[in-house]
Amino acid sequence: MDENKVMIDARGVIKKFNIGKENELEILHGIDIRIMEGEFVSIVGTSGSGKSTLMNIIGLLDKPTEGSYILDDIDAIAAKDNELSHIRNRKIGFVFQNYNLIPRATSLNNVELPMLYAGVGLRERRARALELLEMVGMAERADHKPDELSGGQKQRVAIARALANDPSIILADEPTGALDSVTGQMIMDLFRKLNLERGITIVLITHSNELAEETDRILTLKDGNIIGERRGTGAQENVC
Amino acid sequence: MFVENFKIALSQLAASKLRTFLTALGIIIGLSSVIIIMTVGDAMNNMALESMGSMGANKFTLYVTEKPSDDGSVGNVRDWKESDKISNDMIDKTLEHFKGKIKGVSLKEEVTQTEITQGNKSAAVSLNGVNDIALEQEKLKLLAGNNITASDMKNSRSVALVSDRYVNKLYDGDWQAALGKQVEIVVNNKYYIYTIVGVYQAPMNDGFFGSGGNIDDMPSDIFVPVKTTERQSGGNSAFYNIDLIAETGADMEALTADVPQWINDTFYASNDAYMVEAYNMQSYVEEMTDMVNTIKLAFMAIAAISLLVGGIGVMNIMIVTITERTREIGTRKALGATNNSIRMQFITEAVVVCLMGGIVGVSLGVAAGYGITSFMKVPTFTSISGIVGCLLFSMSFGVLFGYLPANKAAKMNPIDALRYE
Ligand SMILES: Nc1ncnc2c1ncn2[C@@H]1O[C@H](COP(=O)(O)OP(=O)(O)OP(=O)(O)O)[C@@H](O)[C@H]1O
Ligand SMILES: [Mg+2]
Repeated sequence: MDENKVMIDARGVIKKFNIGKENELEILHGIDIRIMEGEFVSIVGTSGSGKSTLMNIIGLLDKPTEGSYILDDIDAIAAKDNELSHIRNRKIGFVFQNYNLIPRATSLNNVELPMLYAGVGLRERRARALELLEMVGMAERADHKPDELSGGQKQRVAIARALANDPSIILADEPTGALDSVTGQMIMDLFRKLNLERGITIVLITHSNELAEETDRILTLKDGNIIGERRGTGAQENVC
Repeated sequence: MFVENFKIALSQLAASKLRTFLTALGIIIGLSSVIIIMTVGDAMNNMALESMGSMGANKFTLYVTEKPSDDGSVGNVRDWKESDKISNDMIDKTLEHFKGKIKGVSLKEEVTQTEITQGNKSAAVSLNGVNDIALEQEKLKLLAGNNITASDMKNSRSVALVSDRYVNKLYDGDWQAALGKQVEIVVNNKYYIYTIVGVYQAPMNDGFFGSGGNIDDMPSDIFVPVKTTERQSGGNSAFYNIDLIAETGADMEALTADVPQWINDTFYASNDAYMVEAYNMQSYVEEMTDMVNTIKLAFMAIAAISLLVGGIGVMNIMIVTITERTREIGTRKALGATNNSIRMQFITEAVVVCLMGGIVGVSLGVAAGYGITSFMKVPTFTSISGIVGCLLFSMSFGVLFGYLPANKAAKMNPIDALRYE
């Protein structure tokens, strides 16, 4: 793996809401963020500091009001809707705090979904989805619908889904926020494994300092500015 | 992708069956009415054509009617007099004048309707005196025995043709057994006897369509020579109406206009109150078809409104669905769904609702149409192209009314959709 390749390169990112209206708000005030391929980075900060807003921009779900953003050598600002869909589909795996599994669809169908949008054939889709469910330890629950699963189980299905198209980046916004610490740790271990074994770049938002400490690098956000950056224990582990 | 969308749509709709049903109800009602209207309308038109066929396309009827008064009003004239009627003399002269165009008069006079009893068996009958032309018009299919001959007619013999239904009732369906047997019948307190010379096949509907009851209990026609019945009843010298049969190939429209014109000029010029008019079966059928088509159109308009309301219902429920599933739409977009695939997903869903409504509606329509027409005793079938047309129409309805909501879903901003509470 090329340790020096830049995966995420955002410069001077400003995000305003309700532009032109009375209640116009500037949430991000010119953020510079650079994440290398294979890094496992966490973003911490108080509630309302703009972590999710930043993550949505990184994940191409939202566009910055100002600034530049290059994702894996692609200019995300210039890209059209369809290109953005394509990049989200192939390069990014999302893990949300509230899981966002499709209700009424089985675990298997949920994991298949990104592959469906990528045009993967039924057989291959099925096989890969089962393999991924196996990997997260959810193979037995393949035919269960989300409302029949516990929070931790749902999150594992969501992670399997995030991995469906072999993404280069996983973006996880408080993936353990709704889980107890043991289950949270289990999810963390899974991320670390994916990061080490597959070289997937991971950006994690968390409110848990212990979990943040396990990552390579910790960015602290406050009122829309990055106010601090330090290395976590994960970085040392990596060096070993 | 289409297959997947179809599956998603099915599972989505299956998850809320009642709602799906209610959504499709407008379509169901609209389409079933369309099918019913088509079926019943066609059946009525067929019936009209059929009755023209059986009553004869070359027949036209002359009848005496009031002369319109000077101010154009009717209904305030004196009562009938014998001299107002169409006399035998007039008929003869008319036939003479239109020789080569008119074949003759068709005489069919119902003498009586009664019940004929033999031991514990009985049959309802209608006794009819017919002349040769009228008998020919009946186009009877003889099952056994012989027809009434010209000499029977000429010599006013007491011979009769009975229907197979009559034989079923009185002779257990044995046609041969019926031949040579007698029909004993009371008319005006006088007792008459006819000898059965032939058995004919009763037509499918004996002109009693729509009257419900069992056809076997309806009176069937017995035909005897008209001269015989005239001799018995003292005879008719003048008529309120007569049926004339044109020669094959004659211009019916022209005859229907020319004959009454000539008769009025010749015989009714000095009549102060009455004249004759004519109509032919063809114009009657045309009138009837026109009427049926007008009714059809009116009902179609109502059905169209019902469909429109149904379509708006589909649109409405699709908007609700999309609002309810905003987060799902956001998730799908995050996972890589393009705007187009979201649009297709919801259009497919609308099409599937409409198609299901279409299938149910068409089935109900076919069943109801069949029920109504078989009650009318008119053979019928719903046209396949009509059914296919309705199904295609319902699908296009789905596209039409699903497009707007689906497009709304497609254009959602992914993050707004994901954050939607
Ligand atoms: N669509 C929006 N319209 C208006 N304001 C918004 C919108 N999205 C976010 N905000 C505002 O931006 C600020 C930052 O929100 P954000 O969700 O990024 O915070 P966060 O750091 O993720 O907080 P938490 O830790 O609670 O998730 C908040 O004050 C929020 O009200
Ligand atoms: Mg947040």
